[in-house]
Parts: sequence; C-alpha cells; structure tokens
Amino acid sequence: MSNNILSVENITMQFGGVIAVNNLTIEVPEHKIVALIGPNGAGKTTAFNCITGVYEPTNGRVRFLDETIVENHPHGKMKKSYAGENAGLYTHVVSPTPDTITQLGIARTFQNIRLWKSMTVFENVLTAKHMRARQNVFSATFRGNAKEEKRMREETMQLLQEQGLEHHKDDLATSLPYGLQRRLEIARALATNPKLLLLDEPAAGMNPQETQELAQFIREIREKYGLTVFLIEHHMDLVMKISDYIYVIDFGSEIAQGVPKDVQNNQHVIDAYLGVVEDA
Amino acid sequence: MPKTKQQTSGSGKLITLLIVAAFMALTIILENTMSPSSLLFTVIKKGAVYSLVAVSMNLLNGFTGLFSLGQAGFMLLGAYTYAIFMIPSDVRDSVYYLFNGSSVHFSFQEMFGAIFGTAGFGGAVSLVLGVLVAIICAGIVAAIFAYLIGLPVLRLKSDYLAIATLGFAEIIRAIFQWDKLGPVTNGANMLKNFPTFADFNIKNASGQIVLRLSAFVPVFLSAVCIFIIVLLINSSYGRAFKAIRDDEIAAEAMGVNLAHHKRLSFCISSFFAGVGGALFAMFTTMVQAKVFTSTMTYEILLIVVIGGIGSVSGSCIASLLYIAASEWWLRFLDNETYINGTRVPLLRSGFRMVVFSVIIMIVVLFFRQGIMGSRELPELLRRRPKKQPAVEEVRTHE
Repeated sequence: MSNNILSVENITMQFGGVIAVNNLTIEVPEHKIVALIGPNGAGKTTAFNCITGVYEPTNGRVRFLDETIVENHPHGKMKKSYAGENAGLYTHVVSPTPDTITQLGIARTFQNIRLWKSMTVFENVLTAKHMRARQNVFSATFRGNAKEEKRMREETMQLLQEQGLEHHKDDLATSLPYGLQRRLEIARALATNPKLLLLDEPAAGMNPQETQELAQFIREIREKYGLTVFLIEHHMDLVMKISDYIYVIDFGSEIAQGVPKDVQNNQHVIDAYLGVVEDA
Repeated sequence: MPKTKQQTSGSGKLITLLIVAAFMALTIILENTMSPSSLLFTVIKKGAVYSLVAVSMNLLNGFTGLFSLGQAGFMLLGAYTYAIFMIPSDVRDSVYYLFNGSSVHFSFQEMFGAIFGTAGFGGAVSLVLGVLVAIICAGIVAAIFAYLIGLPVLRLKSDYLAIATLGFAEIIRAIFQWDKLGPVTNGANMLKNFPTFADFNIKNASGQIVLRLSAFVPVFLSAVCIFIIVLLINSSYGRAFKAIRDDEIAAEAMGVNLAHHKRLSFCISSFFAGVGGALFAMFTTMVQAKVFTSTMTYEILLIVVIGGIGSVSGSCIASLLYIAASEWWLRFLDNETYINGTRVPLLRSGFRMVVFSVIIMIVVLFFRQGIMGSRELPELLRRRPKKQPAVEEVRTHE
C-alpha cells in the first residue's frame, strides 16, 4: 500500500503518428498539491484526459487508490504503428467512460470553462449531485425521493455558502464574472464528493488579484474536504506558491520533477520555457 | 447585477394548474352547450393529442438535446398497438376480412367486460380500464422499440441522429404495410371499429347522450401525461438531461452516464409518443400506416419550434394554435367564394396551405425563439423584472 492516491504509470498517448504524451509517470501522494507544468502544447491536458477517461491512452496504466482504473496496450491498428516505449508491459484493456471515473472519486474542471449555460448557479451544483443520488427515474419523477432531493438541495446550498456563491444562487451561471465562474466550476466538481481534484489551468484568464485568491482558495478546499489536488497551470507564481511537488513536461515527455525550488533552477525547465540559445 | 433566472414559484405552478383545470371545465361546458359538430372540438381533440406528442418530442429535442425525427414512427407503433388490442372480437373478422380474420382474438375491453360486466356502470368501468391498459401498452411497445433502436442509433449525434430516426420511422411504416403481417396489422388496410373518444359520451338507458365527454377525455389524458413529463423534467433526471443538452462533456465529467441517460430520455419520449399515437387513433377513429408519414413528424417539429424549444407550455399553446389555424380558422381560404357574383381571387382549394406557410415563416422570423422561448407559462405571467445591463464577459487571454 503506497501513500499515492493516484499513480500514472508509463502513459503514452499516440494520435496517428504523433506522440502527444510519451511514457509519462506521475505519482500524486495523498493530501498533497501536485502540479503538472509545461509550455503550450506539451501534452498536459492530454495527460488529464487520459486519466479522466476522455481519451483511451495507447499504452500504460493509471491507478487510483491502488486500483487500476485505466489500462491499455497497443492493440488493433495501433499495434503496428506504435512508436512509444514499454510496448509489452501491459496486457489488459481497462477503459471506462469519464462518468465511471468520476464515480470513483476523481473530479475535474476544464481549461475553457464548461458550465451548463442555461442553468442557474444553484442548478449547476445541484445537477452534479445527481450521480451520487440513490433514486431511480420513477421515484425521482413521482417525488418518492423527496427526502434525498431535500438533502441534495441543502448540501448544495451549504456548498455555495462555503464557496461564497450564495448571493449568486439564482443567477445564470454564464452571467457570473470570470473568476466566479472558475470558482463555480470547482464548486460543481466538489459536489461530486471527490477524493482527488484535477484542475486544468484554474487561473487561466485571471488577474493577479484573482490568482492570489485562487491560491488561498485551493489550499482551503484541500483542508476542508480532505482533498488531493493535481493541477495544470501556466501561472508560475501560483504553481511555485502552492505546489508540494511539480512535474514538468515538454513535447509529451517529462523533463524534470521535484519540489518547486529545484524545478525553478532546473536548466532543462528554463530551456524549455525560454528556449535554448544555439552556439554559433 | 447579473441577470437572474427566477425559480418557478409555488404560485406560478398553481396558476398553471388553474389554467389547465379551467380549460378542461370549459371544454366540458362548451361541448354540452354548443353543437357537437363544431370544428372547435376537432381542434381541441387534435390539439390535445398533438400537444402530448409535441411535448414528448420537446423532452428529447429541447431538454436532452437529441435531435430525433422518429416521432411519427413511434406514434404509429402506439396507434397500431392500441387498435390491435381494442377491436372487439365480433367485428374483427369484418375488419380483417382480407386476411381471414385476425390472429389476435381478444380485446382489453372484453377482458375487463368479463369481470365488470358489459352494461351500465360495469360497461363504463371496463371501457375505461380497457382503454387505459391499451394506451399504456401502446406506450410500452413504443418504448421497447425505442430501446432497441436506441442501442445503435444513440451513438450518433445531431443531424446524423435525425436522419437515422427518420429512417427508422419510414422503415416501420413500410413494415406495417407488409402483407405477411396482415393477420396482425391488416396490411395496408385500415384498422377500425375500436373504441374512440365518442364512446366516452355518457348515455342514458334509451341511448340518448346525457353528458358529452369526447373532447374532455383527450384533454384530460394529455394533461396527465404532460404533467408526468413536467415532473420528470423538474426532477434530478430532468436536470441531468439538461446538463447533457448544455454540455455533454461536462455532464459526463460530472458523473452523468451519457448512454444511460440518453437512452432513458429516448425511451420515455417514445413512450409518450406511443401514447399520443393511441390517442391519435382514437381521434381519427381508424388506423392506417400511410397516415404516419414524415410530414407528420415535421408538423410536430414545427409545433415544437414555434412554441419554443425547451418550453412545455409553449408546445401546448403552439399545438392548439397550429391545429386551430390549419383545421379551422383558415378553412375559408380553401373555398371558392363569390361576392356579388364576382369570384374572389386566389381563394381555391390549396390556397390555405400557402397562407399557412407564410404565417409560419412570419412567426419564425419575428419570434426567433418561438412563442415562449425556453420560458414557461408561470414565468410569463409574473411581472417582468427591470432590465439590467448584462455584465460584460471577461475573455480569457490565452
């Protein structure tokens, strides 16, 4: 029994001839904040999508709470064209749909906000509670689940209060200011009662003030809900401030890992972000 | 302040219920005071049936975001199921005379008649129970077909789903006209002589009608079905459907099982389309596969669009207006009219549809969102809040 809540083992994602994620291994220890950084197009979101079941990785395995949740090996058409490593290491195919993975306790947010546009703030959070409800379609339609519905509504209200969104309860989700939309997306993810929260660029489009608040907010929710947080981010100051551990990838491959201080001074990372000066 | 979307309040629900109840009461009163041959009652009956089918389509197209055009096919299934199970056995031979009698030898009404008796009050009970069971069977048959069709078809999205379901409706129509199925479906011939709305008129011992209910019954049955759909839409499942409509990827990431919920919505929508088909059979007093063409689906789609995609009350209002306009108000345009001996130009058979199409174009042009948009009746009745400037959306700078 390791203390890693999530382990990504040798994940490779190949689209046609392009390897978007190459042999990536990431360990996320319980109750820590781990960040995945890298320049644009490095394959960060692809890695997220492999973990959350949006994509089926070409090769590799993802374990969550010591259970294999995703596993694949190059098969079918990919067998011949596979250009990655560790081709023979995995033999099973486990490819659940994203909702199954959310059911297990991994919730995520999106790089470009994906709130339900026609719903209010309250409904957005309430709908995310649908998955954990024990009703069926008949009891829900004929109100046989009144108790559960009431509990869901109370929990939603409580969550909104904790996130400071209760004044916007009846506003349309898309009418909120950008920072609050991000916050709502996190609240919605929290409504699924996750153990692990994946944040895809939570500070994208935020001003420094909002970013500051976000850092505080992420720490708070980790404490309050006993979460582990795994995030992708571009804002270096945010990453350096809140992360316990950082993985850096470029062109799909890991180029560095370590605590923030080490990563900051790592020559590979600096090269990847700033470019390398070729000696004439 | 950002604009707010008001929750449906308790008083709003009450007002809607009152309006529906008033409409039903008015139907009974008018039917028993006016001439029963008035076109108004045709409009009410057909409008009620179409409301139900339109709302069932709205559940799928407007609330779950699945663009399906199979409604006529499911109505056909419902209509046939109803007719096959309700034709009394003594007239079956005459209905199925081309196929030497039907292979189904009972009717629900007779089954209940054996228990409750066939005359007087017992007869009424067996009629009501027989019709109800047959209607529910009609829905179930349609839902079973929807489940089977849904397995492959619901993997498709938007236009492709529409094409596939449209194809299904056409295939079903062809199959039901197939001679080999004659003993069950009566081939391309019509099924008739089953109980219709007129059978619900209450007669006294001497056969005189005491209370006419033929227009009330379809309104009532549709209202009950629509009420159930509204309950579903406002339940947790309804919210999940809306989540799928708004953003499928987000819905899936929040734990909504897409395949399961889409299938559920498709089956429920088809169930009520089947029920609507059974009511339609009662309205037309006969069933024939060639009636359930894609034109019928388009009519219903038109009602949904005119009423407002995602508005139940919009669908109901639109279907009453649509049917009234097409069956009643514009009738005069089809008749050649002479004023002082000169023929009024343009008025001739078929001109009605020209005017009707123009009206529809105008409606669609000026009410882009349909009559109701995505609002419901209670929201419309409430005083509108003052318009506030919308908060400018902050763009990402990525």
